Amino acid sequence: MIKKENLLRVVLLAVGIVMILVGIYRGELYEIMKKAVVACLECIGIG
Amino acid sequence: MFSQIAFFLLQNPLLKNFFTGDIYRGRLKMLCTPGLNCYSCPAAVTSCPVGAMQLFLAGAKHSVSLFVTGFLVTSGVAFGRLICGFVCPMGLLQDLLYKIKAPKFKARFRYIQYIKYLILALFVMILPFAVRNELSGLGSPWFCKYICPAGTVFGALPLFAANSFLRGFAGVQFAFKLMVASAVLSAAILNYRFFCRVLCPLGAFYSLFNRTAFIKIRFNCEKCVSCGDCSKACHLKIEPPLELNSPECMRCGNCIRACGSSALSYKSERAKS
Repeated sequence: MIKKENLLRVVLLAVGIVMILVGIYRGELYEIMKKAVVACLECIGIG
Repeated sequence: MFSQIAFFLLQNPLLKNFFTGDIYRGRLKMLCTPGLNCYSCPAAVTSCPVGAMQLFLAGAKHSVSLFVTGFLVTSGVAFGRLICGFVCPMGLLQDLLYKIKAPKFKARFRYIQYIKYLILALFVMILPFAVRNELSGLGSPWFCKYICPAGTVFGALPLFAANSFLRGFAGVQFAFKLMVASAVLSAAILNYRFFCRVLCPLGAFYSLFNRTAFIKIRFNCEKCVSCGDCSKACHLKIEPPLELNSPECMRCGNCIRACGSSALSYKSERAKS
């Protein structure tokens, strides 16, 4: 049971890290940055 | 509380921007922080994962952000809702509000606690993706637009206070968001972490990983004297020996500190299979 839980934990962590790396490779960081460096109008209730 | 303030300052170090109304435009904004920390907060140097997730679903180049989803999964597996307890600025704000002397309603929220999962599914995922503007073909970040009190408190209010141009655009939508934020913050005075427990989509996401997270709370039944002090100390009305690492547990450590027989402790799982 503990081994299964550990395996699940490791698999989820690995999947998460791979997703992060693929996301970086796809240039998602720049899309986030484009939105985040100006005031998000929806967030402040005027957009 | 000290660690929460430290994490708040780490995510929002540019406090002088609260007075100037400027927003940080550097490269750190590419990165997300695990808590609900609005990227429109003048002091913020990083991005909000919930806002970033909606940005992609609402029609950026890739409809699902692998970076943001991977970041949330990794944070969830590593820490679970420890992030709610120690890292999130909205948690800090609510903890401060809960210190106000007022009647406290220590309810468990057995049924309404599931609203946060509905908000995660509907306002963060489905509506931004499914409801599109006919002309632009883009969706809206529904959670940020209609609910998020972090955007109102940490973003809108300081920006409007410092920037009269932006203030001129405040209308019905802002009034609605202000009402939501006021209701959430008022509820936080009366109920411990009302927003985190009932409405927060980030809390909902992390709660899915609470049982598998690396950092957990361990219970040693041999040391337990069944005094019930841990249950009494828990603001979330969880009974730690029976519901250890419940999806609602934010790992605040109140039960650990209350336990006189050291039956409860933090446990860090080793990553071995």
